[in-house]
Amino acid sequence: MPAKYYEFRWHARAGQGAKSASQMLAEAALEMGKYVQSFPEYGAERTGAPMKAFNRIADVPILVHSSVENPDVVIIIDDTMLGQPDLVAGVKEDTIFIVNTTKDVEYVRAKLGAKGKVCVVPATAIALEEIKRGIPNTVMLGAIAKVTGVITLESIEERIRKTFGKKFPEEVVEANIRALRRGFEEVKCNG
Amino acid sequence: MPEVKNRQAVTGAQAIANAMRQINPDVVAAYPITPQTPVVEYFAQYVADGAVDTEMIPVESEHSAMSAVVGAAAAGARAMTATAANGLALMHEIVYIAASSRLPIVMPVANRALSGPINIHCDHSDAMAERDSGWIQLWAENAQEAYDLTLIALRLGEHEDVRLPVMVNFDGFIISHGVEVVDFLDDEVVKKFVGEPKVKYPLLDVDNPVTYGPLDLYDYYFEHKRQQIEAMKHVKRVFKEVAEEFEKISGRKYDVLDKYMVDDAEYIMIALGSTAGTIKYTVDLLREQGHKVGLVKPWIFRPFPKKELQEILNGRKAVVVLDRSASFGAEAPLYEAVKSALFNVENKPLIGSYVYGLGGRDIKVEHIKQAFEDAFVGNLNPDEERYLGLRE
Repeated sequence: MPAKYYEFRWHARAGQGAKSASQMLAEAALEMGKYVQSFPEYGAERTGAPMKAFNRIADVPILVHSSVENPDVVIIIDDTMLGQPDLVAGVKEDTIFIVNTTKDVEYVRAKLGAKGKVCVVPATAIALEEIKRGIPNTVMLGAIAKVTGVITLESIEERIRKTFGKKFPEEVVEANIRALRRGFEEVKCNG
Repeated sequence: MPEVKNRQAVTGAQAIANAMRQINPDVVAAYPITPQTPVVEYFAQYVADGAVDTEMIPVESEHSAMSAVVGAAAAGARAMTATAANGLALMHEIVYIAASSRLPIVMPVANRALSGPINIHCDHSDAMAERDSGWIQLWAENAQEAYDLTLIALRLGEHEDVRLPVMVNFDGFIISHGVEVVDFLDDEVVKKFVGEPKVKYPLLDVDNPVTYGPLDLYDYYFEHKRQQIEAMKHVKRVFKEVAEEFEKISGRKYDVLDKYMVDDAEYIMIALGSTAGTIKYTVDLLREQGHKVGLVKPWIFRPFPKKELQEILNGRKAVVVLDRSASFGAEAPLYEAVKSALFNVENKPLIGSYVYGLGGRDIKVEHIKQAFEDAFVGNLNPDEERYLGLRE
């Protein structure tokens, strides 16, 4: 029996931190005893250019080393990319979309032409309120925990404390954890 | 699931840098900008943090990096460097000198395309250009193997019956920059495993002066080359011995060949590096459909595991060889070697050559299936090179 991997594809613009977010997702899943992969698609490295990152999460060691073609979850960090055909390439009937946007679910669904579950969270806005910087990563991870259940809030909190705790003062760590929890609570889905 | 001690999600480059930290080499020389890998970037941090005792020498080119480690190793130091692609190509001249001077240097290589046109992605052309240089070549499938093989390489190269430099190949970007799960060994365990370097004929032993790199014309050069040829003959045996010892401390098994589902396999695919993992997954898929398929992945490409391949491929229906580099005007390097190994096999399988993934072109499960399916219907031509994932 070939192993089942749970696969993510991230869409963002270079410089928005999707690579780090994908890595944090992997680390959070590792905390839970899962096997993980996290890798970006490297193109010409120009800030603002569309970029992709990928995750695989599984209960067994992951063998495949090609890029993710039929993602279970598509995460969109920048809603100005909505409408680009790359976002829906290879998606399945039940692929879940999680989008950082202040727009509502139906607007996003129409723009994507998506059939499955579509979720929105104003991650940049929440990040500005809590962290005082427009870095949506931790909010998105909270939303991913709520929507997919592959990682738990606790596992990401643990990761944030471990990685941010080394580099930043306590208030920054706490602000990120508030942002994470708000992502978990405020993500809205339909479908 | 219980937490495994020392289990981390890291890039292949971080995994190797951590192996180097645990080895604590005397000297690391590296050219610190592109086409260098993040391996030396992470390692330089360990040096700056005082986590190692290494003398780190930033040099002005890759040619100088290899020259500096050759000098250091000849002096009696345990010396390492890392490189990729055009960096390895620039080292080329000194790569041969390291091997012919019998210096057990260990060098991780993040395998990437050679220019031109300019491309920084995964490709095996860089290592294949050095396949006749006299270095041992080990090939890793993932970050875990990259870490493990770096430790094994050190013991292998320094072994009295070998005394040769070792390249640890790991796929550029796919492994070097991709994050995967790696189980690290304890520092103390590694320290004990690698032990103290066994220094032979060091330049710094002034009481017993020696000469390195002298003029050696038609009087003795040939005999010295014969010694290199003979040293290579001990590599597989020593690798097995070291791998056995490594298994005791890690629980992870290495051999000359990694064999996946081959016992009853009628169709065997052969590939190096990270693609072997994707092939294993495809083997699982095809087995579910009732196809008797398997994979053989050489952990050692130089010396070439000819005898081991002859044993395992004899009598199979078909063998499909995947190469991530081309040899313009000739057969691809892995294919050529496998085909030549089969010349004296009693029951020759049908054989086919597939070149894939040049310049980082993604290799997908469907491509691998396609090559297997050609084999199922007997549609292989030993004299034809085919391509996977290439636009016509």
